[in-house]
Parts: sequence; C-alpha cells; structure tokens
Amino acid sequence: MAKQYETVIGLEVHVELATKTKIFCGCSTAFGGAPNTHTCPVCTGMPGSLPVLNKQVVEYAMGIGLATHCDITRVCKFDRKNYFYPDNPQNYQISQLYQPIARNGYVEIAVGDTKKKVRIHEMHMEEDAGKLVHDEWDDTSLVDFNRSGVPLVEIVSEPDMRSSEEVIAYLEKLRTIIQYLGASDCKLQEGSMRADVNLSVREVGTQEFGTRTEMKNLNSFKAIARAIEGERERQIELIEEGKSVIQETRRWDDNKESSHAMRSKEDAQDYRYFPEPDLVPIVIDDEWIEKIKEKQPEFRDEKLERYKKEFDIPQYDAEILTESKHMADIFEETTAICGKPKKVSNWLMVETMRLLKEHSMEPEDISFSPANLAKLIGLTEDGTINSSVAKEVFEQVFEKNVDPESYVEEHGLKTVNDEGALEEVLKEVIAKNPKAIADYKGGKEKALGALVGQTMKAMKGKANPGMVNEKLREMLN
Amino acid sequence: MANKISDETIEYVGILAKLELSGQEKEDAKADMEKMLDYIDTLNELDTDGIEPMSHVFPVKNVFREDIVTNGDGSKETLANAPLEKDQSFKVPKTIG
Repeated sequence: MAKQYETVIGLEVHVELATKTKIFCGCSTAFGGAPNTHTCPVCTGMPGSLPVLNKQVVEYAMGIGLATHCDITRVCKFDRKNYFYPDNPQNYQISQLYQPIARNGYVEIAVGDTKKKVRIHEMHMEEDAGKLVHDEWDDTSLVDFNRSGVPLVEIVSEPDMRSSEEVIAYLEKLRTIIQYLGASDCKLQEGSMRADVNLSVREVGTQEFGTRTEMKNLNSFKAIARAIEGERERQIELIEEGKSVIQETRRWDDNKESSHAMRSKEDAQDYRYFPEPDLVPIVIDDEWIEKIKEKQPEFRDEKLERYKKEFDIPQYDAEILTESKHMADIFEETTAICGKPKKVSNWLMVETMRLLKEHSMEPEDISFSPANLAKLIGLTEDGTINSSVAKEVFEQVFEKNVDPESYVEEHGLKTVNDEGALEEVLKEVIAKNPKAIADYKGGKEKALGALVGQTMKAMKGKANPGMVNEKLREMLN
Repeated sequence: MANKISDETIEYVGILAKLELSGQEKEDAKADMEKMLDYIDTLNELDTDGIEPMSHVFPVKNVFREDIVTNGDGSKETLANAPLEKDQSFKVPKTIG
C-alpha cells in the first residue's frame, strides 16, 4: 500500500492597519496617491531622522491580541531586522523579535461540524516596505515609498492546520475579527491582508515534523488552496523519489499553478536583529488593557446568537448578515429606524446580495445609508409602491444611495390607487380581449392572469396588483 | 589577540553588507573585527546573570504620536535624493521579489 502523508501547515499573516498615518511618522496612509507624495525623511530612511510610534498602532494590536486570546506583553520593544532591498531605503525594517506585543493565543475554527483551536505563537508590530513596479519600457524597476512605513501586524500561528480548508477557515476567522475591530479592511487582492504558508509533509503517525518551505505571493483564498495542494504534491514526490525537501522560500505563480525558489545562497537570510535604539520601550499596564477591553466590539459569534434570539432570524440568514461587520451595522441601524428586522434582513439577503454579486463587490463596499433602506421599506409597507417598483427603486438606492421618497415622487412611481383611472384602463383591456373574457367566463381562472398583466403594463407597473385583480373580477361578474 | 576571523567569515560578512573588498581591505577588516571581539570578551568577564538586557540608555517609556496626518506632499524633497528618476519614482535596476 502507498504511504499516507499528512500536511502540516502554519501561517504568517500580515495585516495592514487602518490608521490614518504611518507607524513612525505623520505621513498619510491613504491608498492610491501619486508616487512618493506620502513620504518624509522618516519613512524614506534619511540619516538623522527619528521615528515616533503611532499610539493607535499599539491599540489596534492590543485589540487584535485580546480578541485572539493572547497574553499582552507588558514591556514590549522594537528591533531592527537588517537587509538590503530597493523597497527599503533604511536597509533595516523596524520590527519586533524579542518582545512582541502579544503571545500564546488561539482562535477557534470550524470545518464542517468539526471545531478545533489554532494556536497563535506570537503577534508583532512592524513597518511595511515601499512598492516596486516593473517598468517594461526601460526594463528597470520604479520605487514608490508611499507604502513604506504603513503599519502592519504579523500574526504567526503554530503549525496546527492540516488542510487547505482549515487554513481558509483560520484566515476567514482572523479577517472577521480584525474587520469587526475596524483595525483593517483585510483585502487579500489589494494586499491589506497577506498570508505566507509554511508547509511540510510527514507520514501519518510520525511525530517529528518534515522540512518545511515557506510560500509567498498568495493573493486570494483560491490561490492559497491551490498553492497548498501544489506544494504538498511537490514535497511528497521529492520524498518518494528519495530526495530531500530543502528549507527555502518559494514564490507561487497562480497562473502557472507552480512555484519556484526565491532566494539563492547569495541572499542568505541572516537578519542580524538588534534592539532598535531610536524607540523607547512600551510599558502596558492593567489600566490600559482594561480600557482596550471595554472598547472591544460585539464579535460575530455573539452577534449571530443575538440576532437569532432578539430578531428571530434563522441561523443561515444570521450567518450571512454577520459575515461582514459593515453588513451587520446596516442591518442593525435600518432595523432601529423602521422596526422591521425581517424585512430588512430580506432586502439584504436577497436584493443586496444579488446586486453585490452582479457588480463583483464585497459587502464592505455597500454604500447606501440605512435611512434610505428604511424609507424604501416604509414605502412598500404603506402601499405607496408595489414590490416590483420597489426592486427598481432599490437598485437606485444600492447604486447611488438615492432618497427613495423623492425618487418615487420625481419619477411618478406611486401605485395608482385611483379607481376611476383604473376602471378606464380595465374597460379598454376588456374590450380588446373578448376571447380571454369568454375563457374566464367559461371557467378558466388562468385567463384572468393575462388580463391583470396587460392592465399592469398599460399602467406602467404602477397599479396595485391586488386592486386590479379585485376590480377586474367585479367588472366581469 | 584571542579572536580569529576566518576568510569565510569575512567573505560572508562582505556579502551581508553588500561590500566588495580588495585583498588588503579584507585583511584590515579582519584585524579590526578581531580587536572588537576581544573588547567584547572583556565585557563578557562580567557576571550579568539576572540583569535585564538594556535596550535604551534613558529611563523613558511610552513616547507616542497621536494618529493625525501632519505631513503634506513630500515628493519633491524625497525625489531630490533619487540618482535616477522616472514617473515620480526612484528608478533602480530591475528587481523582482
């Protein structure tokens, strides 16, 4: 029988924090500025410049550490990691090696019905590097330091995961926690969340770990799953051929669905860490920790339970509503205004999800206001507009956050409740359809549907279908 | 001199520091490094058991900035340091991560 292998995976996850300014200077962290506009002597490593730590970075890191059950390090320090690369003009990265801000935590994940804990070894704060863009014309690289000094936390897990499903469940859990904290938007595609996968294989039943490799450049959950599968196969093949796995960093190419070794011997990884002399220690007392604990939001698991109890929302619906904090906020705020949780949930679950999918958007990108959704619900509830008009108006609310009340007014979309006008249209429809009338009178109930449809069309969809139905029967009988 | 720096070590330190040294420069650097290590050995004679490693000379802690943007467009000053420039960026030899 062929040997059975087990995959052992640990993750290093970098998360860009949502601060307004960089970690050590007052430059903006806004995404998409013209190259090098958000730079100063500190974040470009000019001699003599001095870093000063952004307090918000420490507080976000503490929030994430507490939410992932970590011990917060009471005396926490920064260290220099030395290396040469054009995206890093200081020739060192300010990071934390010896006294990282948080240690020994865990998150609970679920794959199917199986729950397990993934332990967190440590989490540290550090600065991001600049961005290199390849210039095809000159065959050179162009460096933009706008990202240099943007605050990051790196969350290092223990090698507790055994499959790509567990890895994705872990990443989704981290992402939800961090998004709920408002500490980052955690977008893999845009690089505000980046995961490096440390993977080794071993024969089922063995205790020792195999030699691991580190895989970089994974920018979607799908790429992560494919890279894990690919690397597992590559390592098993090496072992089966009697060769050994080399401990190295590999770069995943998702288009080719294969990886290659990134560093040669010339670029030996010897970072010669030493304590950062330009930054003083951070001393964290109980009082500060308590203050952060008080500010922690209601996280997803608690919210989900509350929705089920308080609003009588089914499990599946509550899962979708709480998947993103932004969506949950819209649900709660709209419900607070209109007092109709089921209706709000319905608009979010059906039409909002449909439009998000249609526009390839994430729940985070929803830009309509709870007030406008509440108004729309009000208009349908009091019969001002019918349900098909409501869908049409909702598309406008979704895309442009229009005020549904004035939109309905301006476009004349109110349901016509004027009996006289309806009667006129019905008379015409009846006159044009002698066959349908005969069918209906002959006992074919279905024939009435076509007549209602024609009437709705003649009234440009603004009639109240219930009223049309009723009036039509009245006139025919 | 008690400490000896081997040829391999000086070669390796050269790679890490991205320095290309001539034969004479390597010999000089070896002698300097040996002297430095000897000095460290003197410090090693002290008993430092139970003493917290010092990372900073002043008894100062918790120096922070508030998260407020204070810097404007710094591109002109930053790019003044670029030996080669293109598209408002530093132009460097082709580098792929």
